Amino acid sequence: MGKKLAITGNQALAEAMRQINPDVCAAYPITPSTEIMQRFASFVSDGVVDTELVTVESEHSAMSACIGASAAGGRVMTATSSQGLALMWEMLHIASGMRLPIAMTLVNRALSAPINIHGDHSDGMGSRDCGWIQLYSENAQEAYDNIFQAVRIAEHEDIRLPAMVCMDGFIISHSIESMEFLPDEVIRDFIGEFKPKYPLLDVDKPVTYGPLVLPDFYIEFKRAQHEAINKAKKVTLEVAREFEKISGRSYGLFEPYRLDDAEIAIVLLNSAAGTAKDVVDDFRNKGIRVGLLKPRLFRPFPYEEIAEALGDAKVICVFDRADSFGGFGPMYMEIASAMMAAGSSPLMVNKIYGLGGRDFMPEDAEAVIKEMTGILDTGKTGTLKEYIGVRE
Amino acid sequence: MKLKGWKELEIGAIIPEAGNAEQYNTGSWRASRPQWIEENCIQCLFCWIYCPDSSVTVKDSKRGEFDYGHCKGCGVCAHECPGKKGKKAIVMVEEGN
Amino acid sequence: MSTPLRLKELSKKEDLLTGGHRMCAGCGAPIAIRQVLLAADVPLVAANATGCLEVSTTIYPYTAWKIPWIHSAFENAAATISGVEAMYKALKKKGKIDRKIKFIAFGGDGGTYDIGLQSLSGAMERGHDMVYICYDNGAYMNTGIQRSSATPFGANTTTCPAGRVIHGKPQKRKNLTRIMAAHDIPYVAQTTPAHWRDLMTKVRKALEVDGPAFINILAPCNRGWRTPTNNAIELCRIAADTCFWPLYEYENGKLTVNYKPKEKKPVTDFLKTQGRFKHLFSPDSKDLLKQAQENTDHEWDKLLREAACWAEETGTTEEGK
Repeated sequence: MGKKLAITGNQALAEAMRQINPDVCAAYPITPSTEIMQRFASFVSDGVVDTELVTVESEHSAMSACIGASAAGGRVMTATSSQGLALMWEMLHIASGMRLPIAMTLVNRALSAPINIHGDHSDGMGSRDCGWIQLYSENAQEAYDNIFQAVRIAEHEDIRLPAMVCMDGFIISHSIESMEFLPDEVIRDFIGEFKPKYPLLDVDKPVTYGPLVLPDFYIEFKRAQHEAINKAKKVTLEVAREFEKISGRSYGLFEPYRLDDAEIAIVLLNSAAGTAKDVVDDFRNKGIRVGLLKPRLFRPFPYEEIAEALGDAKVICVFDRADSFGGFGPMYMEIASAMMAAGSSPLMVNKIYGLGGRDFMPEDAEAVIKEMTGILDTGKTGTLKEYIGVRE
Repeated sequence: MKLKGWKELEIGAIIPEAGNAEQYNTGSWRASRPQWIEENCIQCLFCWIYCPDSSVTVKDSKRGEFDYGHCKGCGVCAHECPGKKGKKAIVMVEEGN
Repeated sequence: MSTPLRLKELSKKEDLLTGGHRMCAGCGAPIAIRQVLLAADVPLVAANATGCLEVSTTIYPYTAWKIPWIHSAFENAAATISGVEAMYKALKKKGKIDRKIKFIAFGGDGGTYDIGLQSLSGAMERGHDMVYICYDNGAYMNTGIQRSSATPFGANTTTCPAGRVIHGKPQKRKNLTRIMAAHDIPYVAQTTPAHWRDLMTKVRKALEVDGPAFINILAPCNRGWRTPTNNAIELCRIAADTCFWPLYEYENGKLTVNYKPKEKKPVTDFLKTQGRFKHLFSPDSKDLLKQAQENTDHEWDKLLREAACWAEETGTTEEGK
C-alpha cells in the first residue's frame, strides 16, 4: 500500500499536512514544532499545496487567525509547542466554545520557568480543560495516522470541535524512524471535503459569531459542548475502524498491552510507553503478571472503558510526564477517577518522570515494576506521589 | 418567553438571525422623547445620519416619524437640528408629559 | 456605481447596524459605525474586539448586525479578521467563492492602542486586504472608564483620578494614527462622525485600496467624558476646530490635512465642555492647561510641517486638496 521511509516525527506531520492540503494555516515558530510549519511553508512556496499560509506575529494571533479562518468556512490547521500553546490558551477555549473544527499538531514540550525546550506533557495537560479533543501518539507513525483521524473526528457533524494531536518533542519530533505513508489519493478520500456550517463568508446569510452570553444561556452552551465532546469517543472508534481499512493499522481509545489477567498495571503516555513495553515483556517472561495501558484519547477521557481494561489489576502505577504542583499528576487523577467511579479500589501510586526531557530508560520502568511487586505482596503503598530519576 | 434548552440551541452561540436586535425594545430607556415638528423640517436628514440608534425613519429620502421602539431619547437629533428660521424641527419633551 | 455621498441618496440604503442595540443613549460609537457601514457599497465581513460596541450589539440571543460578524477576544480583532480574509483568498483560489467581499475590524482605543496593538501591527505588515476602524473614546469605557494610552493628558479616569497630588493622566496620549502611517500601508486616516462626508469618503478610500487600511475615529462617550447625552456630534466638531483631533489622511504615504479651521480655537474650548477635565480649570492648574495647549500645538504643527513638505514635493498647493 503505502511507501516506507525513514523520517523524523516533524517531517511526518509536515507530510501529513501536505496530504491534507488545508485551506488556511496560521502559525508561529517555536521549538520543537517549528520544522513542521517550516517544511509546510516550502510546500506552499513550491505550489504543492494551495493553502493560504498566515505567518502571524505570535501564537495568540495564530489561533485567532485560525478561529477567523475556520468560522469563515474552511479547513484550518496549525502547529505549536509549549509556550506557544500557553500563549494560545485564551483562544483555545474560544475555538472550542465556537465549535470550530481546527486541527493542531502539538509537539509536547516543557513549560518555563526555567525555560526548557525538551519534551514533557505539561503543555498538553495544561490545555486539558480547553475543550479540545486530544489524541496522544507514541511515535511518528501514530502521530501521522492520528492527524488524519483527528480531522475526521473534529469535523464530524455531531462534534464540530477542535482537536490536537500530541507527540513528544525531540524524542519523536527529531528522531528518525521508519514509517509508512499512505498514498495522497487515499488520504484525500479518507478526509473528504470540508463541510462548512454557518460560514461567515456566506454574505447572503449573515451570522453573528461570539456574542455576549449572560447567565440565562451560558451554562446551556457549556452543557451542549460537554455532550459534543463526549460523542467523540464513539466517533473516534468509528473513524479508527475506517482508518484500519485503508492502513491496516488498528487504533482504539487506548492501547492495552498484555493487560489481560495483569495484577500489576502501569499507565504510560506517548513515547515512554514504547520503552516500557519491552520491560513488561521481561517481567512476563519471569512469570510476573504485569501489563501496560497507553492512553490515546485523553479528551474526552474514556473512564468506563479504561476502568474495565484495568479491572483486574490490584496495583496500578500511573506515570505522569507533567505535574500538578500540590496535587497528583493529571493522568493519575483521571485513572483514579475512572477506578473509583467503577467501584474498584486498586492500590494506586503516581510517578512523576521525564520532566524537561529527562530520559526515561528501561531501568526506570524496571525499578518501578519491581517496587509494584513489593506493594502487591505487602498490600501497602508508601508515598503515593514520587519523582523518579531525580538526584538527591 | 420560554427560553430554549441546551439541545435546542444553535451550536457555539451562533446567532443566525441577522439584525434580530430590532425585536428588542430600547425605547423604554427614554427619559425624554424627541418630537418632530414637520413644518419646521427642512429635510436635511442630519437627525438621521447622527442618530446612534437608527431611530429616524426615512422613506424616499424624506424623514418620517421617530422609531420610538428603539429611540433612547439621547437628544443628539434635537441638538443637531438646524430647523427653519430659528425654529427647531425636533424638540425634546419629558416622558410622561 | 457607488451611492453618491449625499444624505438623500444614502438614506435609501439599509442600515446594517439595527436599532435595539444597547449602547448608552447618545454614544458616539454607533453613530460612527452606522456611517462606516453606510459608506460601503460592497459586502462586508466584520470582526470586533471586545469592548462596548461588541458587548452592547450582541447580547444573546440578539444581534444588531446585518453583516457577517465575529468577536473572539479583546486583543485580536486584526488577527481574527486576517484569518477570515485568508480563508476568502483560499476559497477564491479554489473557485469556491467568486463574490467581491471586503473585510473590516472594529476596536475601541483599549483594544487597538493597547492590548491589540501587536495583533494590529502584525496584520498590517502582512498586508491583508482589510480596513481596521478604531473608535477612540479615550479610555476603557466598557469596564468603567480606566485610562488607556489614548486617554488625553490631564483627563480624570478611574485609574488616573484627579487627586491632590496627581491631577488626572500625567502622560500625553499615544499618536496611533501616525504609528499606523509608519507601517507604510496604502491608506491611513483620522476623522469624526460629525464630519460624516469626510468619514464616509475615507471609508470608501480605505475599502478601495487593495491591502490594509486604518481609520481612527473620535467617538465621544458621555459616561466617561462627563458630558450630556445630546452633544456627541458637537464635541467632535470642537475637537476638530481646536485641533485636538485633526482630520487628515495618508494616501500611499502622502499626508493631507483635510480640515484646517479658519480660526484655530484654544484647546480649552474642548476641555471645558467635559467633566473629565473639570479639575484642570481650578486656579492652581494653569500650568496643566498650558501643557495641554502645548501638546495640541506640537502635534498640529508637526502635522502641518509634514503636509507642507509633501505639498512641496508633489508640486501641489496644500489648499488644492
